[in-house]
Amino acid sequence: MSNSGILKSSLAKKYVMALTGLFLCLFLVGHLAGNLQLLLKSGAEGQRAFNEYAQFMTTFPLVKILSYLTYASVLFHAIDGIVLTMANRKARPVGYVNEKGSANSNWSSRNMGILGTIILVFLVSHMQNFWYQMHFGDIPNDPNGLKDLYGVVLKFFSPENSMSLFAVVGYVLAQGALAFHLSHGFASGFQSLGLRHAKYTPVIEWSGKIFSVLVPALFAIIPIYLYITQQ
Amino acid sequence: MDLTLKVWRQNGPTDQGKMETHSVTGVSPDMSFLEMMDMLNDQIIRAGGDPVAFDHDCREGICGMCSMFINGEAHGPSRGVTTCQLHMRSFKDGDTITIEPWRAAAFPVVKDLAVDRSSFDRVIQAGGYISVNTSGETLDANAIPIPKPQADEAFNAATCIGCGACVATCKNASAMLFVAAKVSQFALLPQGQPERSKRAKRMVEQMDKEGFGNCTNTGACAVECPKGIDLSTIARMNRDYLSATVKED
Amino acid sequence: MLESKIPSGPLADKWTSHKNHINLVNPANKRLIDVIVVGTGLAGSSAAASLAEMGYNVKAFCFQDSPRRAHSIAAQGGINAAKNYQNDGDSVYRLFYDTIKGGDYRSREANVHRLAEVSTSIIDQCVAQGVPFAREYGGLLDNRSFGGVQVSRTFYAKGQTGQQLLLGAYSALSRQISKGKVQMFTRHEMMDVVIVDGKCRGIIARNLITGELERHAAHAVVLASGGYGNVFFLSTNAMGSNVSAAWKAHRKGAFMANPCFTQIHPTCIPVSGEHQSKLTLMSESLRNDGRIWVPARKEDAEAIRKGTLRANDIPEENRDYYLERRYPAFGNLVPRDVASRAAKERCDAGYGVNETGEAVFLDYASAIQRYGKTEANIRGLKNASNEEVTALGKEVVKAKYGNLFDMYKQIAADDPYETPMKIYPAVHYTMGGLWVDYNLMTTVPGLYATGESNFSDHGANRLGASALMQGLADGYFVLPYTIGDYLSNDIRTGAIDANSPEFETAEKSVQDRIDQLINNQGTKPVDDFHRRLGRVMWNQCGMSRSEEGLKQAIADIRALREEFYQDVRIPGTAKGFNPELDKAGRVADFMELGELMCKDALERNESCGGHFREEFQTAEGEALRDDENFAFVSAWEYTGDPSDSNLHKEDLKFENIELKQRSYK
Repeated sequence: MSNSGILKSSLAKKYVMALTGLFLCLFLVGHLAGNLQLLLKSGAEGQRAFNEYAQFMTTFPLVKILSYLTYASVLFHAIDGIVLTMANRKARPVGYVNEKGSANSNWSSRNMGILGTIILVFLVSHMQNFWYQMHFGDIPNDPNGLKDLYGVVLKFFSPENSMSLFAVVGYVLAQGALAFHLSHGFASGFQSLGLRHAKYTPVIEWSGKIFSVLVPALFAIIPIYLYITQQ
Repeated sequence: MDLTLKVWRQNGPTDQGKMETHSVTGVSPDMSFLEMMDMLNDQIIRAGGDPVAFDHDCREGICGMCSMFINGEAHGPSRGVTTCQLHMRSFKDGDTITIEPWRAAAFPVVKDLAVDRSSFDRVIQAGGYISVNTSGETLDANAIPIPKPQADEAFNAATCIGCGACVATCKNASAMLFVAAKVSQFALLPQGQPERSKRAKRMVEQMDKEGFGNCTNTGACAVECPKGIDLSTIARMNRDYLSATVKED
Repeated sequence: MLESKIPSGPLADKWTSHKNHINLVNPANKRLIDVIVVGTGLAGSSAAASLAEMGYNVKAFCFQDSPRRAHSIAAQGGINAAKNYQNDGDSVYRLFYDTIKGGDYRSREANVHRLAEVSTSIIDQCVAQGVPFAREYGGLLDNRSFGGVQVSRTFYAKGQTGQQLLLGAYSALSRQISKGKVQMFTRHEMMDVVIVDGKCRGIIARNLITGELERHAAHAVVLASGGYGNVFFLSTNAMGSNVSAAWKAHRKGAFMANPCFTQIHPTCIPVSGEHQSKLTLMSESLRNDGRIWVPARKEDAEAIRKGTLRANDIPEENRDYYLERRYPAFGNLVPRDVASRAAKERCDAGYGVNETGEAVFLDYASAIQRYGKTEANIRGLKNASNEEVTALGKEVVKAKYGNLFDMYKQIAADDPYETPMKIYPAVHYTMGGLWVDYNLMTTVPGLYATGESNFSDHGANRLGASALMQGLADGYFVLPYTIGDYLSNDIRTGAIDANSPEFETAEKSVQDRIDQLINNQGTKPVDDFHRRLGRVMWNQCGMSRSEEGLKQAIADIRALREEFYQDVRIPGTAKGFNPELDKAGRVADFMELGELMCKDALERNESCGGHFREEFQTAEGEALRDDENFAFVSAWEYTGDPSDSNLHKEDLKFENIELKQRSYK
């Protein structure tokens, strides 16, 4: 793969898109597993479980490596997406007066750029809200001496917080964007890597549909749940 | 039936171009779309105007020359047909129909609805062949049996008519389906194996050089393809190109 | 004057011994020689690719936007080859014999035998190129049968054989273009050939995008510009198919041979109205399984025409399977000319089945039942119900002919799986063309003609699946060898100068002609004249011809031609993309050719193959050949006006085949 010409090719860009995208799908599963602690347990028990999880995620070396991979994936996925979108714009300098995309393709497949941008904006604010707090913010310790991220999260989505309703709505909408993004992206990643098979592709496509509904839905339930239960 | 046509007019590749409105009356539902265009041009010529230029030749859906973007879709609303096979019975009396050329940087407009698709020829020239000279002394045609399903699949990929509807309809103006169809035809046949990697690599490189867009797997190309070439060809090319990339030293 | 240059010796050895004795050009010298190929169909692409592989510098021209679009692409049914893979007794001799007989004994024995000989190499070559022919489950090539023969020797790729073969030749051509051995000129039309010192030394071409004239010099020019069926306006040819390249060569001294031999294909979709711009063929392969019929009772036919009765309502005993009735030995698989005339005879007698009374039924009901039963047996379904058998049968028919059925449905808005298709004959192919000798050289030295543009192999009627065979035989295996014999004299000539006075004069006369057309202040579009020419040709010089009708046609065409030059309106300018101007030039040439065709038909006082003169028929209405007086090729020499053309005769000698009245009964 020494030849940079190959790396510059349109197909190589697709491979990058697919590999980073599919890796991020895996990341979502891990992230969701952690977040679900917020639903499964509450009170002191929940606080302890969640904060232990947060501690583990920020300190365990293997997770560290994975998290760097995740940052890189997000970065490459986004940059690659922007590069591809720009190149695609250039490939059709004069647009159609009448273009009926709905006749032959899904809305989400045609709007991955917009969906991705929404997700990226969400990601920045999401990281600012929690990740930054955890890593660089001044978070009080919980009774077990761990950083009390649990408390931060609860406070963030508490009705007492004047901005929390906006946060809940924002988070839910972002998950909606993620759902549409995944509904095309999941199966598309396999196609880009050439993983297509008469028998297994329908399975992949179905899994993609289920994944794209289930994962964002579970993510979205959490802020709603926290908002309602703290009323 | 009576129709209003909104047709793209553009006098050469550098002209800005604009939509122009015409009305045609007394169109028969048995007419093909191009026969309706003939009627329009007859009308324009008799009135002393400049007829609408468009490409067409065989008018039976196989040469791949006709190329109109009708009411927002490549080759119009019917599936599995080219513009020349689209019949006016697919429209209603009083309809307004927009007609545009294929739009892509790699398909510059020649005039009005006619575009230059020589980029496709250059992609084929980059490797869309099996290197065998004419000699009359090749192996007997039956020397290598090819399983029927495989031969049929190669045939399906080989039915591409090179019309460019895939590029026209792709929101990215990508030529992946066209290139993948040729790559697949030879990848599925024993004769195509010796040059398989090189072919995929060279054709993709040429495709990129011509300024086509990137594939984002919307699948629109396969839906609009008049010959029903499917996305498995693109997956095969993705695979072949990946292995060509890995193998390269 | 006409020297056919047929090699001496026994028929079967002629080609081999000819190849062994003609002059060759050594590889180093080939690099010094330029060849122009006009047209990129099967004959042109294969010739350009093969010549380039051999080392010649080739310039190839086509008027389409890509060489892949030439009309060979539309051939559906298949390509013949004497492979005898089916072990049904096929051989080179049998293919040769069938072709001569099918052509009604009006072709050259030696040429046809050569065609049959090289046919097997074509299949080998195409498979090596990756042409995906249909295969059987064992992985070997499948065959089907075609009209006029009793063996299965037709190789096919569904209903798209021409497409697959052309794409094979196109890929070979593309390979040579990428190597720089072929320079490809798309959207270029040949406007004239240039003759220097009695030899063809180049062409004047017009860039159809810019409108500019270009001079291209070469040591030899190969025309592979196809047939002239569009003289009839309505035909199965592509809209752009034209005679102009061949006609320009004719005006410069190349003789036109047998121009009246036109093939009317029996199975086309009938004309639906005045607006019709072209006709669509339904592959002859459909006659393998379909049965052709009309109602046996006139009142039924009338009811069908009025729409009060449907085909399926007519009981078996009231149907007239006229081909099976008249020709029991060949049935629905009689040659094309015979099938076409039989359809016309029934329709003229009042048994036609569409609104215009010009259509017959092509019925798949019994084939669906037959295949359904076989399939049920294969799947072990005992006592399958009628519905199951029909469903299975439809599946099999769909696999074999699906794309043709879809096409019919699209055009006719009728479902051929449920009701019989309506078909009628239409102009499809022209056996006539530029006269060539055994080496495929015209009467102008250095000017060659291949494929449909020459007259050489099909006599008065071409058998199905033989056009593809001839195009590729000429381009891959004949011309590349025979042209060397001529070019071997040119190794010291050096590059041909495109600035010579001959090129100057030729370009000037082309320019004058374009100016004349574009500056004409008429009122009617080109198509108006083309349509009218077509009507005259179809009525008087189509499926049946008479002395009176032909004389009338000649007068009508002359009048139409005069009116054309007075009243044609061509919009736009000569500079830039102007398809109307391109069309005008082609129609102008058709109007001269049409007259020559009628003259040729008038001169040939016999009926043979596609040429049926009403005055010459047997008591049963079959074509009556006159071998004593007309066993010759008519080769016409241009002298300034089609009606003053001089007739030269090349006598046809049959040394290996006995001339017989053709019988398919």
